Amino acid sequence: MPELFTVSPEMLKILPTFPQEIWETLYSTLFSTFFAYVIGLPLGILLVVGERDGILPLPRFLMKFINAIVNIIRSIPFLIFMMMILPLSLIILGTRIGTVASIPPLIIAAAPFVARMVESSLREVDKGVIEAAQAMGCSPMQIIFKVMLPESLPSLLSGATIALTTILGYGAMAGAIGGGGLGKVAINSGYYRNWPDIMLLAVILLILLVQIFQSIGSWLAVRSDKRLTNTKKGRLRK
Amino acid sequence: MDDIIQIKDMTKTFGSGDGAITALRDINLDIRRGEIFGIIGLSGAGKSTLVRCINLLERPTEGSVSVAGKTLTDLSEAELRRARQSIGMIFQSFNLLMQRTVLDNVCFPLELQKMPKSQRQERGMELLRIVGLADRANAYPAQLSGGQKQRVAIARAVANNPQVLLCDEATSALDPNTTRSILDLIRDINRTTGVTVVVITHEMKVIEQICHRVAVIDKSQIVELGDVSEVFTSPKSDIARELILPRHEDGSETGVIPQLVGTKVIRVVFNGGTAYEPLIASLAIDCGIKVNILGADTRNIDGKAFGSMLLGLPHDPLQAARAMAYIQDRQDVVAEEVPDYHA
Repeated sequence: MPELFTVSPEMLKILPTFPQEIWETLYSTLFSTFFAYVIGLPLGILLVVGERDGILPLPRFLMKFINAIVNIIRSIPFLIFMMMILPLSLIILGTRIGTVASIPPLIIAAAPFVARMVESSLREVDKGVIEAAQAMGCSPMQIIFKVMLPESLPSLLSGATIALTTILGYGAMAGAIGGGGLGKVAINSGYYRNWPDIMLLAVILLILLVQIFQSIGSWLAVRSDKRLTNTKKGRLRK
Repeated sequence: MDDIIQIKDMTKTFGSGDGAITALRDINLDIRRGEIFGIIGLSGAGKSTLVRCINLLERPTEGSVSVAGKTLTDLSEAELRRARQSIGMIFQSFNLLMQRTVLDNVCFPLELQKMPKSQRQERGMELLRIVGLADRANAYPAQLSGGQKQRVAIARAVANNPQVLLCDEATSALDPNTTRSILDLIRDINRTTGVTVVVITHEMKVIEQICHRVAVIDKSQIVELGDVSEVFTSPKSDIARELILPRHEDGSETGVIPQLVGTKVIRVVFNGGTAYEPLIASLAIDCGIKVNILGADTRNIDGKAFGSMLLGLPHDPLQAARAMAYIQDRQDVVAEEVPDYHA
């Protein structure tokens, strides 16, 4: 190690816990993202198909209700929202401290965000293609599952990558109020105990995780997009 | 007469109250089984709305639409979806599924009917052979040209053996050569399968190349309807006249030589048969009269010659009268003076 980055005794003490903290960040992020999609994907679909000129118009009051909920949750800063919703973790999981306790608030806070991401991806699907599907006698469900979702897959994957990195960021913030993972290390050891080398290491690891997620996500999105006519890509596929 | 599509007293209004726009008014239209029926009009005339009302992509505000004996306007959503499976449709922008291969696009309507995979792929390949794209089965639409995309769309539209094929400006995005080959394909499919074809277009040449009958639509209404040759040779409405002898943006007729203002101008219409005889040359040799061709638009329809010509007659009234008489003597040729001719 160079002089600039001397290994302090604290670092030596904390360092062995890093693999565990990385693991906690990873699983809370992936788990929360997955369940945020379980809630957010159907909501996003409803936001598109349920419109007045959508393929499955829903009652106006229902659409207004969904939009209002999504907007309200999205406008509360995440840290504050998390504090408000932690009692829920206490009810569900019996605790409000720790990585697991931070997962329900993460899911609820991220789901509306995911819904908006999905909504914007689905809106990119060419109206003419949907019209063609209707002309062929597709039911609304068939249009959703055979046309809208497959046609917007590259965009959905890009959106999922953004959602994943955003949730990773949310999870790090959760470290401030009892959540686990790299965020906790950066805030508790790095900030409150003023150990800058630990802060730096935790931040570098968070950046690396985001980079890895982003690279995989972008690669998948490009690879899945059949609109890109790259002959090389064509050879890769078959 | 066996009418496969019957539209009765149909009106389509968009919006309501003061902002309401009537796109179609009192449309009555019967389309015969097996024919290629053209609907022509300028943009905004309502022709696209009309074709969308046939498969109820747009629901008429009033009136009824029947296709193949079913009154679509009376059906439930589920029944309507089933009825739509026997109405194929192709579009100006092709509307292919961009994330599916060519073969999977063609198989899509069969997939909706839950046809087993091996069976539908066999049918899909058969259709791709018909449209001449069997070698591109595993390509994606983005790798195809416009004409190829429309061929895929046609294969997809007829995969279910529909009774009706609706073509909404299907060739408007294509160049003239591709347009011709796509129209040939549509006509071939019409001849081999007997599918009734409804063609929406703003181009007279599309009507002339493949249609048997034509309806001219203007300002939300059908203003003229009849056999193509009949409407073509003696258009009754202004709009039909305009479509047949298209005007340039400056208002002059096609190919008109502007410096001949002041000469007497006649319109000569060929009603089939004699357009191959050299009328103008005969006039010059037989009568010694030289006429000026100001504009000509002659075409070959069903093997006969049709078309019209604008002729500038000599200034000398006697010569002009002789020329007029000579032309009027010919069979299958009608000559009329164009009194308000302005180049």
